[in-house]
Amino acid sequence: MIEVNPQGEVWVFAEQEGGKLSDVPLELLGKGRSLAEKLSVPLAAVLAGKDVRPLADTLIAHGADKVYLVEDDRLEHYQARSYSRVLCNLIEQYKPQIVMYGATPLGRDLAPTVASAMKCGLTADCTDLQIGDHVEPITKHLYKNLLFQIRPAFGGNIIATIVNYDRWPQMATVREGVMPMPAPDENRTGEIIECKADLDGLVLPLKILETHRRERKVNLKAARIIVAGGAGVGSKENFKLIWDLAECLGAAVGGSRAAVDLGYVDADHQVGQTGTTVRPALYIACGISGAVQHRAGMAESAKIIAINIDRDAPIFSIAHYGIVGDLNDVIPKMIKAIRTRAGVKK
Amino acid sequence: MGYDCVVCAKQVPDTKRITGEAMTEEGTVNRAALPAIFNPEDLNALEQALSIRDAHGGTVTLITMGLPAASEILREGLYRGVDRAILITDQRAAASDTLATSYILSCAIRKLSYDIVLCGRQAIDGDTAQVGPQLAEKLSLPVITYMEELISLEGKTIRVRRNIGNGYQVVEADLPVLLTVTEAANTPRPPMVKKIMKYKKARSKSEVEQEVKNLLQGDFENYAAELEAQQVEQICSELKEKGLLIEQWNLDDIDADLNWCGRDGSPTKVHRIESVVLTGSEYKEIPPTEEGINQLVAELIEDHTIG
Ligand SMILES: Cc1cc2nc3c(=O)[nH]c(=O)nc-3n(C[C@H](O)[C@H](O)[C@H](O)COP(=O)(O)OP(=O)(O)OC[C@H]3O[C@@H](n4cnc5c(N)ncnc54)[C@H](O)[C@@H]3O)c2cc1C
Ligand SMILES: Cc1cc2nc3c(=O)[nH]c(=O)nc-3n(C[C@H](O)[C@H](O)[C@H](O)COP(=O)(O)OP(=O)(O)OC[C@H]3O[C@@H](n4cnc5c(N)ncnc54)[C@H](O)[C@@H]3O)c2cc1C
Repeated sequence: MIEVNPQGEVWVFAEQEGGKLSDVPLELLGKGRSLAEKLSVPLAAVLAGKDVRPLADTLIAHGADKVYLVEDDRLEHYQARSYSRVLCNLIEQYKPQIVMYGATPLGRDLAPTVASAMKCGLTADCTDLQIGDHVEPITKHLYKNLLFQIRPAFGGNIIATIVNYDRWPQMATVREGVMPMPAPDENRTGEIIECKADLDGLVLPLKILETHRRERKVNLKAARIIVAGGAGVGSKENFKLIWDLAECLGAAVGGSRAAVDLGYVDADHQVGQTGTTVRPALYIACGISGAVQHRAGMAESAKIIAINIDRDAPIFSIAHYGIVGDLNDVIPKMIKAIRTRAGVKK
Repeated sequence: MGYDCVVCAKQVPDTKRITGEAMTEEGTVNRAALPAIFNPEDLNALEQALSIRDAHGGTVTLITMGLPAASEILREGLYRGVDRAILITDQRAAASDTLATSYILSCAIRKLSYDIVLCGRQAIDGDTAQVGPQLAEKLSLPVITYMEELISLEGKTIRVRRNIGNGYQVVEADLPVLLTVTEAANTPRPPMVKKIMKYKKARSKSEVEQEVKNLLQGDFENYAAELEAQQVEQICSELKEKGLLIEQWNLDDIDADLNWCGRDGSPTKVHRIESVVLTGSEYKEIPPTEEGINQLVAELIEDHTIG
């Protein structure tokens, strides 16, 4: 751990694989910008890998004031042991006050390893981060300008605000798609600081024999409208209704986990806690009950329409428009209304 | 040959059961309505260990840190055939965050012999998936997270397929290692009837203490403490003779440094907890008629939600 250091920078770990940045560090730079400005400290990204220098400009365009660049052949493929060593060394040297990671499989492997080695705290899957003051209930001591790490827990049924006032840095992971991505500004300038990786004597414990990545077939996060189907759609054949409605709206197709498990739609389409988190302008939930794990991934949508035969389905409690009815009857009526613009006043 | 496996499991409230019914009228969770269960992915970790023992021989030890009531998941382990089950319980461990939890588990595991340590990927209540990687760091073990399939285990080498979100990876490592196991890895075996008959009476000392306390309540106020202690000792030694006493360790037994345990050992502190209240802002019910739906679509077109 490092000492409490209110002058410390705000850091984002710039996850990349094969020279391609993930979305989540760019999303985190947007949040990081506002935290850093509130604290009047610089915002920096930590970029590690092999031949990754070209990515530094993207990080700067998305809000980084500085990029700590660590290039080494041994960092070509991610391993907890090498990457955590790099991060711990940098943290000890530069003493940032906040370090944020994407809650991706990689981030959820790396961040706890760093936290354990640094003996500092780590809050998982934050949905919001703010700066605020904390009064310790026992000592009544006031701690100013801490990172409020706000996260759902208990299956999404409670929201906890977590702080870390003594063993820094304050570290958090954030899921992909939760923070809006800032628009890049190609005119922004920043400093690239080259750092040496101290990996001497390090044995990489894993032999990576094969890596298979699928390109995602759907980009739910970028969709302005999502039509999602659940177990209530009833069959893979009937899921065509969902595709049809999506088509006439220019929307992407989403699904509940039950719909995925039943084979109605591919796993890439899953919305929710273990799928994609989305925040479209319009989300149409058809035959989805609205379990907490599903709501966790779509409750932030600007407008939600729920179609369900069960008046008591939890989905209605977060919907803006509810249609209590059979989707087999409602969806064709909707498609017709959209095609004909029947109700629009001339 | 054979491998010594240590499985870490947590008792958790069954958050999956949170449906409309388990919500209160205010829209918050009715926790009392939720039963305590064996964390689902820890059952996958246990299954993995048991099937390694089936194939290669060796031992399976199940450990949990928690309240005396967590002995229940140890019994469930015994019903499925674990060789040894250990409860780590100590009031000084209360309010441990993942850093302190992994520290305490690491102290316990150092007392055991192991080739493979298995955790579930994630506990369904705290939901962090942090304990596995932190435990590996504390034990200086290579960690393989998100395991989906054990491909092979030969001599000192393990080969595993792991999920990387948008695909998978096949990795190999030399033992000892720590694995975090996902639900995709296997289907947990059911408990065995014979073992249930045998172990349903198994108890940990802290459970015996509670049972004796409940039994004696009120009756012998003055003698209570002494009587209680005697009773507990007697019952425990009887259980032990029959092989039904579940081992129980406290923080002293595992030589844990108290500075790294419990609240003091936990850098993360709760500032505030709020129950999620479901609020549908400005909810409007639309009748499922042609007219109703035409009007809804028109409204969305007019406010530019749809083009
Ligand atoms: C750890 C964990 C993670 C999870 N992650 C996710 C996740 O990421 N995403 C996710 O979605 N789920 C997730 N789940 C599963 C979640 O708990 C629910 O089981 C799932 O969301 C249910 O899907 P559903 O609403 O489609 O099905 P159901 O709950 O079966 O609901 C079907 C609905 O359809 C309605 N219906 C039936 N027929 C019709 C009809 N003709 N017309 C209209 N309505 C009809 C019914 O009234 C019902 O409300 C997770 C669960 C766990 C434990
Ligand atoms: C609302 C709330 C929010 C929290 N948020 C955080 C947070 O962000 N950061 C933080 O550090 N702590 C947090 N905690 C504390 C955390 O839940 C506990 O430290 C808990 O003991 C372990 O974390 P987990 O439930 O997330 O387990 P996970 O890390 O998800 O568990 C992974 C695996 O580790 C093993 N394991 C975990 N606990 C035990 C155990 N007691 N005994 C045996 N094996 C075990 C199991 O194999 C399990 O599958 C939070 C607690 C609450 C109530």
